[in-house]
Amino acid sequence: MRGALVTVLALAAVAAVAGSWLAPYDPAAQDLALGAAGPSAAHWLGTDDLGRDVLSRLLAGAGSALFWPVLVALGTTALSTSLGLLAGYRLGWVDALMMRIIDLAIAMPGMLVLIVVVGVLGGGYGWAVLAMAVLFTPGDIRVIRSLTLAQRGLAYAEAARTLGLRPARVMFRHLLPNLAPTVVANALLSFVAALVSLAGLSFLGIGLPAGTPDWGLMVEENRGLLDLNPWAALAPVILITLVATAATLLGDRLFETLSEGGAR
Amino acid sequence: MAVLTLLARRLAAALVLLGVLSALTFGLLAASPGGPEQVLLGSRPSTAETRAAIRAEYHLDDPFPVRYARWLGDAVRGDFGVSIYSREPVTDVIADRMPVTASLAGYALLLTVAVGVPLGLVAAMRRGGALDQGITLAALVTLAIPPFALSILLLYGFAVALGWFPVFGAGETPLDRIVHLTLPAIALAGAQTAMVVRQMRAAALDLAGQDFLTFARARGLPRRRIWLGYALRNAALPVLTVGGLLLAANLTGSLFVEQAFGLHGLGALLIGAIGQKDIPVVQALVLLGGAIVVAVNLLIDLAYLAVDPRVRHGAVTS
Repeated sequence: MRGALVTVLALAAVAAVAGSWLAPYDPAAQDLALGAAGPSAAHWLGTDDLGRDVLSRLLAGAGSALFWPVLVALGTTALSTSLGLLAGYRLGWVDALMMRIIDLAIAMPGMLVLIVVVGVLGGGYGWAVLAMAVLFTPGDIRVIRSLTLAQRGLAYAEAARTLGLRPARVMFRHLLPNLAPTVVANALLSFVAALVSLAGLSFLGIGLPAGTPDWGLMVEENRGLLDLNPWAALAPVILITLVATAATLLGDRLFETLSEGGAR
Repeated sequence: MAVLTLLARRLAAALVLLGVLSALTFGLLAASPGGPEQVLLGSRPSTAETRAAIRAEYHLDDPFPVRYARWLGDAVRGDFGVSIYSREPVTDVIADRMPVTASLAGYALLLTVAVGVPLGLVAAMRRGGALDQGITLAALVTLAIPPFALSILLLYGFAVALGWFPVFGAGETPLDRIVHLTLPAIALAGAQTAMVVRQMRAAALDLAGQDFLTFARARGLPRRRIWLGYALRNAALPVLTVGGLLLAANLTGSLFVEQAFGLHGLGALLIGAIGQKDIPVVQALVLLGGAIVVAVNLLIDLAYLAVDPRVRHGAVTS
């Protein structure tokens, strides 16, 4: 099971890195005589209504479809882990202030805010990535903080403090390794959420200019072709679902495996 | 007394949230490039006077705090202004689109509860068995499928390939509407049902080790009676907590589902209004979304108070 999950994600990563070279055709090249054709030997997944090769566009779009979610996951995880550790370890006013803001942020209808922010400001994925980092971080901070609270009273943390180690060292060298399962699971969940949200934004026609080879945008542009060449819309849908499912299941398994060997 | 304090605190927090949300959207829309005069004039040639007249009509030259205060004052009295695009009162525009979204959300909620609760309970009863593993895996996979992807898959499978359901629109007669909204409701309910199944299963398993269930078993009560009569009632509490999450998922999910199935509901209205920079409509819809989330969370708190005496007597501070 885990082998299959890793294989799916590895293949996706290869497509993301080398997609443009692997593409059999120029993803923007149009062949109007061959519009909305079904799969053939020349075009394995057929063409869209402008005669562009679906497989080539999928491969060319893999890079942006996966790169930005990875960026969001890394940013969110780094931010939420350090802030959560800080709040849970230091407590006091830092913690009280942070928790107030987080309560407010979590109660916000996140996707609604994201759609309005990106829809109004426009300009590709830049704002979307920033907005998602802000929206995803609060929930993760809360989780990390509550785990830190549980760890800081344990004997090894007391010992580290008694030795007179600097707080940063106690937090990152002693407490952090014990939070690893959650941090890894959080990172994968953020990746999935970002992947799905970005594809969803493109599907709503928000964020990216028309014609960009992008999985979400392909679904939106080709959903009218479901009767002529269904693969033009189904292939990106299946890819998004496959990558999201694989990352979710892998996060689930990793969390269980890592926690078994951990302190709990 | 504890109840009143709790309610007062929740109410204050709700007001702060709505204030922040409205100030945020208002500021965002005010700062965005291309104001209402561009929407109204389009590419038509315009004189400086017409531009000035439009700016005066929408009070665009006032400072930001003044404009926000004026909007807020009107909104509190139920006046959300006039849509820049259609020139109709925003409340009328929203009331016009409400029925489609409301019936879609209600249908999806019905499916979620009718399918999710029994499946979660069955999975817990058959813990570790093939049925449990199947349900758990299916729930995890469904949770990972975004609503728009599920919409397209359902649309292709049941509307285009099999032809069982219509591809487009919301239908005219009540029966027609149910047929039209079935696929969209399933697409919307998918992830929510998965969430309920997981929560229900976890809650029921959590209870399985409790003394009162062991006692019920020891008395020789039938398994059905133990699970439905004793476990289900107690498992309802944590499941209630997901209610808020479900609603948020319902709100945003319907945006995608409406887009995929060509339904003219509130989601489609929001997407259109964002594209047209129709500030009053976007503003009202965001506030409506926030207000619904806040109201449901308050209702859930009240339900907790009603269902669980421990919360009422302040033994548990939630």
